[in-house]
Amino acid sequence: MLKVAVVRFPGSNCDVDALRAAERVGTNAYLVWHRDTSLQGADVVILPGGFSYGDYLRSGAIARFSPIMQAVQRHAADGGAVLGICNGFQILCEAHLLPGALMRNAGLTFVSKPVDVVVERVDTVFTSAYAVGTRIRIPVAHGDGRFVAADDTLRMLEAEGRVVLRYEPSSEASPFQPNPNGSANHIAGISNAAGTVVGIMPHPERVADPALGATDGLGFFTSLAAWQPRDTMLRVPSQ
Amino acid sequence: MSFRVHVRVMPRGGLLDPQGQAVEHALAALGFAEAGGVRVGRAIELDVAAASRPDAEARVRQMCDKLLANPVTEDYLLEVEEA
Repeated sequence: MLKVAVVRFPGSNCDVDALRAAERVGTNAYLVWHRDTSLQGADVVILPGGFSYGDYLRSGAIARFSPIMQAVQRHAADGGAVLGICNGFQILCEAHLLPGALMRNAGLTFVSKPVDVVVERVDTVFTSAYAVGTRIRIPVAHGDGRFVAADDTLRMLEAEGRVVLRYEPSSEASPFQPNPNGSANHIAGISNAAGTVVGIMPHPERVADPALGATDGLGFFTSLAAWQPRDTMLRVPSQ
Repeated sequence: MSFRVHVRVMPRGGLLDPQGQAVEHALAALGFAEAGGVRVGRAIELDVAAASRPDAEARVRQMCDKLLANPVTEDYLLEVEEA
C-alpha cells in the first residue's frame, strides 16, 4: 500500500484534511512531526496548508529549516513525490525544491474563496487523473499567494510545460475574479521537471469528499494513489 | 569582539510592492502628496561575535543569503558597528 506522510508543522491547519483525503483514496497515510528526522519510508510527502511558525520572517522561511525538511530534500532528490499545498507550496519555494517565491497578494487582503483553475499539466504524480484543460473549482485561502520569479525562470517554466494549475482568465463561464493574488502569468501551481514535486496554492483537500459538496480536488489524491514509485513514465514528455 | 549589525531587507526594485503602494496612498490621503516611491521592507538587528568587522559582515551576509532575505525577491544592506 502506498505510504503517504503528511508533515505537521507548528501552525499547520490543513494537515488532517490532507490526511483524510489521502486515506479516502486507499493509501496508508500518517502524520509526521516537523522535529522528526525520518519520513518512515513514505512514497509520497504532503506539506499541508497553514501558517507554519506563524509565517514569521516570510511564509515558509523557517519551516524550510525544520529537521524533517532534510528528509524531504533527500526524498525529493531520490525521485520521491512531494505535494505542497498553500503554505506547503511556500515552503517548497523557500527550500528551493521549486523555483520562484510567493509574495503578499497584490490586493493586500487575505483571499478565501473558490476560484476556477485550469489543469495544464497532467503528467505529474498529482494530476494524472485529470485531462489537460480540465477546469476545476477549488478554494484558495492565502495572504501570500502571488507567485513571482525571474523573467528567465518564468520563460523556462512555460517552455517546459511546468505550469500545473493556472487561474482561469476572466470568462463568462467563471463568476469568480480571475487571478486572486496577482500571480505572474496567472500561475496557481507548478512542478519540477520530472513531475514528482508539485506546489499549488489552491486546496484540493477541501473539495475531495462528496459530503462537503464538491470533489473537484479529489483527482489530486486519486492521482497520487495510482502512482507507482520509480515509474519512468513520468519522465516522458506529454502533449 | 562583538558587533551590532543592522540588516535592511527590501523588496527588489521592479517587483510590485503592494504594501508600499498602500502606504503611499494613505500618505496622500493624509495630505502628504509630496511623498512618492514608497517601499516597505524589514529591518533586523543582531549582535555578532567575530574576530573583526569584515568577519562579522561576512557571517551576516551568509545569514542573509540563507535565511534573513529571499534572494528571489529581496535585496539587503548591512551596517556593522562595534558593540
